[in-house]
Amino acid sequence: MTTSRPRRPGMWTIRGPLSRRLYWLFAAFGLLAPLGLWWFMASGSDVDKVFLPGPLDVFNRLVTWYVEDDLLADMGISIYRVTTGFLISAVIALPLALLIGTFRPVQAVLEPLTDFIRYMPAVAFIPLVMLWVGIEESSKIAIIFIGTFFQMVLMMAEDVRRVPLAQIEAAQTMGANRSETINLVIFQAAKPAIMDTLRVTMGWAWTYLVVAELVAASSGLGYSILKAQRFLQTDKIFVGIILIGLIGLVMDQLFRLAHRKAFPWLYLRS
Amino acid sequence: MTTKISVQQVGKVFGEGSHRVEALKQIDLDIADNEFVTFVGASGCGKSTLLRIIGGLEYHTTGNLLTDGRPVAGPGADRAMVFQHYSLYPWLTVMQNIKFSRRLAHGRENISEADVEAASGRADALLALMGLNAAANAWPNQLSGGMQQRVAIARALMGRPQVLLMDEPFGALDAQTREVMHDLILHVHKLERPTIAFVTHDVEEAIYLADRVVLMAPRPGRIDSIYTVPLPPEREQDMKHTPEFLALKKEILARIKETSGMKTDYDMLDQLNLGGVAA
Ligand SMILES: Nc1ncnc2c1ncn2[C@@H]1O[C@H](COP(=O)(O)OP(=O)(O)OP(=O)(O)O)[C@@H](O)[C@H]1O
Ligand SMILES: [Mg+2]
Repeated sequence: MTTSRPRRPGMWTIRGPLSRRLYWLFAAFGLLAPLGLWWFMASGSDVDKVFLPGPLDVFNRLVTWYVEDDLLADMGISIYRVTTGFLISAVIALPLALLIGTFRPVQAVLEPLTDFIRYMPAVAFIPLVMLWVGIEESSKIAIIFIGTFFQMVLMMAEDVRRVPLAQIEAAQTMGANRSETINLVIFQAAKPAIMDTLRVTMGWAWTYLVVAELVAASSGLGYSILKAQRFLQTDKIFVGIILIGLIGLVMDQLFRLAHRKAFPWLYLRS
Repeated sequence: MTTKISVQQVGKVFGEGSHRVEALKQIDLDIADNEFVTFVGASGCGKSTLLRIIGGLEYHTTGNLLTDGRPVAGPGADRAMVFQHYSLYPWLTVMQNIKFSRRLAHGRENISEADVEAASGRADALLALMGLNAAANAWPNQLSGGMQQRVAIARALMGRPQVLLMDEPFGALDAQTREVMHDLILHVHKLERPTIAFVTHDVEEAIYLADRVVLMAPRPGRIDSIYTVPLPPEREQDMKHTPEFLALKKEILARIKETSGMKTDYDMLDQLNLGGVAA
């Protein structure tokens, strides 16, 4: 008689498991394969470096930028602009989203308006920002703010609306008043989703960096990319783009880590 | 016997115009102090709506609703509600969930050291009563559905509500767990003496738990008939097999079918078979 051992579900099972080792193997493949392809395409003898610089050229440019042109200062100022714009927008968006997601009149007043503004391109605001805010540091932060704030409010309001009604009503039948219901239930219940929204909008804030540094900047990663374009330093454009991507990736991972630490009950399985 | 909840000519209309739904029409019902009343009836007959109106979570559009002779204005800690799903706070441990009402201003008025002690003792006692000692520090989503409902009941009881409103609280549980929960809720009823209004789809559950079973009928939602359960106050699982129990169950089931306005199962099956032949 043969007994058949139950088989572990394979990795192509729908929503099947994947061991940690294999996960990193695949991730490394996903990152290195495009790099290899790039290397291969750039190494052809008839490829113009201005058209497509190779990985080595880009790396060399990274080193010269770091040694001669104060790369760290450019990164620092860009990180400062993005995070400041992002934080200001988060601080204003959070209470508004709580109100929009909780009270229908607030929703009626603010949501259609926000929906309308968010479709306006942030680039188009540049002349207005220069006119109203000036060309100081605050103008770059203002562009980042315009790019993220309206999306952020709408997404957070949706997070707030998704709080199960039963959780709210349970509190009310235990005697919670309005502010207690908002502070102890709605906000607490929406927090994990709001944090995810922050993570996603942080990524969007970075995509507005180049736009922001169009405004009379003299430093920063976005500004450097724009300047490199003028001098046809394609390798420098590559460095700038890749660095922005890497900083975004790091911040994303930090957000994920913080999410795990702050909301451990969501990570009990797997 | 004093009347705890008095529902007088209560009606409820949702929406207006073409969306108008008359969910309840002229409901008259007095629920006595400490009474255990269950509500059954076809889907959509307004059971949940009536319960929510008593809980103050929904407003009635006509009639009067009194608890202890006073009109109900919104939800309050004297009428705790247990929902079918998703009402526990996943970010709080079992113990913190149970003590939630202590964090509310309402529970903190004129509070003394002794009160804090007593509250803590009560939380422990409820935990033990519900058989949740081992799970005190677990998060809700580490628990089975039955355990989660026990936490929800313990949390509702924490503030010593005079009325406990339960909307299909065991609807998502399997049959065995449900039987355990039945004896548990009867035990709670005996110990704490709350007035309980309990909505269910399960006629057996409705009879086993209740002093009276209220049968509602749909379109518009109304009370069709009220049955006083002919069983001694001390319930035991064996009573489900007594002739009185079975007769009442049969009667109620038949009446629900009559009032639901749906075709009988046999008609449905015939239709399915005919469809099969035609295809
Ligand atoms: N918020 C609402 N808005 C509009 N109509 C509603 C609302 N809540 C309930 N209704 C309607 O009122 C009627 C009664 O609904 P209710 O949920 O009270 O029925 P029920 O007896 O609890 O049904 P079930 O057994 O399926 O839970 C239904 O026709 C329903 O569609
Ligand atoms: Mg219902």
